[in-house]
Amino acid sequence: MLVESPPEQRADTAPAHPNRRAPLRVPGLFLSAVILVLVALASIAIGAKDLSLQQVWHGLFEDSGTYGDAVVADRLSRTVLGALAGAALGLAGAVLQALTRNPLADPGLLGINAGASAAVVTAITFFGVTSLSGYVWFAFCGAAAVGALVWFLGGSRGATPVRLVLAGTAITAALFGYLQAVMILDEAALGRMRFWTVGSLSSANSAVIQQVLPFLLTGFVLALLLARPLNAMAMGDDTAKALGAHLNRTRGLAMLAATLLCGAATAACGPIAFIGLMVPHVVRSFTGPDMRWILPYTAVLSPVLLLGADVIGRVLTRPAELQVGIVTAIIGGPVFIHLVRRRRTAQL
Amino acid sequence: MKTHRAVRTPGGLSLRVDVRTLVVGTLLLLVALTASVVLIGTGDFPIPAADVVRTLLGEGDPGQEFIVTELRLPRVLVGLLVGASLGLAGALFQSISRNPLGSPDVLGLGQGATAGALVVIVLFSGTANQVALGALVGGLATGFAIYLLAWKRGVHGYRLVLVGIGVSAVVTAVNGYLLTKSDIVDAARAIVWMTGSLDGRDWDQVWPLLALCALLVPLVLANSRGLRMMEMGDDVSYALGVRVERVRLVLMLSAVLLTAAATAASGPVGFVALTAPQLARRLTRSPGPNLVPAMCMGAALLVSADWISQRAFGAGQLPVGVVTGVLGGVYLLWLLVTERRAGRI
Repeated sequence: MLVESPPEQRADTAPAHPNRRAPLRVPGLFLSAVILVLVALASIAIGAKDLSLQQVWHGLFEDSGTYGDAVVADRLSRTVLGALAGAALGLAGAVLQALTRNPLADPGLLGINAGASAAVVTAITFFGVTSLSGYVWFAFCGAAAVGALVWFLGGSRGATPVRLVLAGTAITAALFGYLQAVMILDEAALGRMRFWTVGSLSSANSAVIQQVLPFLLTGFVLALLLARPLNAMAMGDDTAKALGAHLNRTRGLAMLAATLLCGAATAACGPIAFIGLMVPHVVRSFTGPDMRWILPYTAVLSPVLLLGADVIGRVLTRPAELQVGIVTAIIGGPVFIHLVRRRRTAQL
Repeated sequence: MKTHRAVRTPGGLSLRVDVRTLVVGTLLLLVALTASVVLIGTGDFPIPAADVVRTLLGEGDPGQEFIVTELRLPRVLVGLLVGASLGLAGALFQSISRNPLGSPDVLGLGQGATAGALVVIVLFSGTANQVALGALVGGLATGFAIYLLAWKRGVHGYRLVLVGIGVSAVVTAVNGYLLTKSDIVDAARAIVWMTGSLDGRDWDQVWPLLALCALLVPLVLANSRGLRMMEMGDDVSYALGVRVERVRLVLMLSAVLLTAAATAASGPVGFVALTAPQLARRLTRSPGPNLVPAMCMGAALLVSADWISQRAFGAGQLPVGVVTGVLGGVYLLWLLVTERRAGRI
């Protein structure tokens, strides 16, 4: 559903030394899409009550009026939301990594998700906003504010990946201190929010999906359209300008895309970290540095990771569930440490 | 350097004294002690400052003596010791990581200690002392994990910071899991603990922390010359005769122990370890780790923040960690903006 057709006219924009892995990219993308479909089916079939493939089929396509149908309907919305949020976070991470030229950029690590969560909690607690369509706007404001701060810091002379990540982590720590203060003062808020603040898909239903879908789709289109300008930006500001790229327009649009994607995903599922860090890195290792391939691959493979983590969380602590944000952090933390220990990144 | 004076003895010993640092350190210590006296006098039964001092000197009336020495003095002492430990640990970590943001809060030591405490609260519903022990074990285990994972032919400052952030993310996730698994009563207790509070602290918390500080502070100060050299880079300090890896290991171990012990006593009080060394450095205007001023600043900050939280919201209403968290968050923003201009972040 999120598979983008590869950009046209590859021949005349391809680099002078064509990547020898290039012919495999198109079949690879189809393979990734097949994997996504399989994981989505697993996400529907596996849970506190396991369903047979036949029951899944009935639930999806032939209404048989059984209990299985209701389970399928419930898990379907959860799976769709997971796929959308995963793609959003992955794309946001890829765009941010290109924008800040920072291999460690991730909406969670840079504090953008935390900004959105803090704003949502403020909206719920102090402004009495209860509907998702109301507080999604607060999420955008929070994400944009932290995004602007990170961008501002990233524009400084000495900005290195380490410093940006440190700044993001410190911002996250400050915002979570605020969240804790709110939860201490308001026990009802604690009851509601201790589940949301770890990142979970359990609140998914079709209304939530409908409310965030327009924002997410706008973000997807914007991010995918930015592939070529971001490619130019990768060569450095001066070269990009000489090649005719509009630097500020690209930066502004990229921040807008990241804000839309992170804000909507966080408003729907709570802060989920590391998807945007891991997937673009894995993707880059077989597509090379071309954003026109990184972005579509990321959009297809990020939901695989998020849904996979969700399924693992449901299997591990059956019949309860481990929230998906916890599983992604437990997978993502070691991946992050591995990236850091690799010589090249650590010396940046 | 006009601010430095050399003190020489006839026997040929000499000591270089930074006058400004000395004055700032003394003033901060005075602020901390004054705030302590005021804090002891604050509460449901207010006591004038003069009476507090008289009672502390052993000349007060018995009623006030009970309130002061049994109820309020231990709380204030825990505050002073926790603040000093966090300030010192923050200064050590910031110097080792060569970044103003590389403090134990950001590196996940507080989170690690929290995980240990949460395990005790949520899984075993343990007593306060068991929670403290859990926090100590959690903090130490996290510290070792970070050091081992960051080890790769020596520990590079930046790698340490980033590995700390990665470990912190994993531990935070575990904390979130424990919090969702608990029932609402345990969750409320855990949240208060996780914010850092001085409520109900007594002499049982003072003695272990005091013993640890008495042991570690001289050890740290003895190694501080090496730390000062190491801020110029590992290679230069090797050439100047500093055993870089050993000094770093000793100082990091001390900082981890200080953080874990402070967290065990009061919960992870946010941002004291980050702000105290920065504020101290700005006041002394002196390069280097500024260890002693950072300690005094930490103690002064924590006790003042506790006083603010009691005055503003009433005793026992809002834990001190909320005040330090909010004030520290604002200071962090300011720090990010100004340090960016200087190109240090």
